Amino acid sequence: MWTWFHKLASPPHAYRILGLLAPWFGWASLALILLAAWWGLAKAPADYQQGDGFRILYVHAPSAWMSMFVYVVMAVAAGVGLVWRIKLAHAAAAACAPIGASFTFLALATGSIWGKPMWGTWWVWDARLTSELLLLFLYLGYMALRASFDDPQRADRASAVLALVGVINVPIIHYSVDWWTTLHQPASVTKFDKPSIQLAMLIPLFIMIAGYQLYFGWAVSRRLRGEILRRERNANWLKEAS
Amino acid sequence: MDLKDFFHMGGYAQYVWSAYGLSALVLLWNWWAARRSEAEALTAAKRRNELARERVT
Repeated sequence: MWTWFHKLASPPHAYRILGLLAPWFGWASLALILLAAWWGLAKAPADYQQGDGFRILYVHAPSAWMSMFVYVVMAVAAGVGLVWRIKLAHAAAAACAPIGASFTFLALATGSIWGKPMWGTWWVWDARLTSELLLLFLYLGYMALRASFDDPQRADRASAVLALVGVINVPIIHYSVDWWTTLHQPASVTKFDKPSIQLAMLIPLFIMIAGYQLYFGWAVSRRLRGEILRRERNANWLKEAS
Repeated sequence: MDLKDFFHMGGYAQYVWSAYGLSALVLLWNWWAARRSEAEALTAAKRRNELARERVT
């Protein structure tokens, strides 16, 4: 089992596998995102309170979900790299950061656009919005910290500690709507009870989330291939790979 | 639903379309940035390989 694992974690092997997987992720995500956008905009019924304004849900909730999901992936990869000293895991964490930051920005921006007509304001300093903004700063801080080291190994270790400490923010974001009073509506899908949202509205949401997940798979494969190349100073295997 | 209603979005047109447009922009940026990051690393790695080969011969 461990020989299999070491083979998978070897840079040339991972480089090749990621190159094979990426196109599948890419085309599947394009198909699902377009399907979900059409479904959410044209086919799903309008909300009884928010009318057609609720359709922002289909781009806001998936990006908010991804902003947290990518952070957890990044923190786990950084932790694995720190404990078992696997360079590939550090490379994966580094590849996650800019993608996660862009999803976080998107969650904040689309949330703001949604907030204006429904709450009457673009922004409030409440728990949900502030903790999500903190998540954006964690991503940006992680990237800035990496960039400040010339030695990649020191950058890996220092940024991994930051990623691990910051992961405490993820449950805070999720439960902020229950723990504090907030303008943000409480969870309607990710709860132990039955989802309090109609199935006809829920299907395009799940398709969009699946599309975003695959999209992340594509983007992280591309970026991780780049990271592997940057770290392999004597990439003799590249002659066969490229 | 006719096309005019579709674009009107029950009076929320500016909010709905700007949210979807911005999402498309960010996804496109990610697509472009990830491809460029990989392509740059590949060019640099190939160049290093060439330099190493020249040194050997």
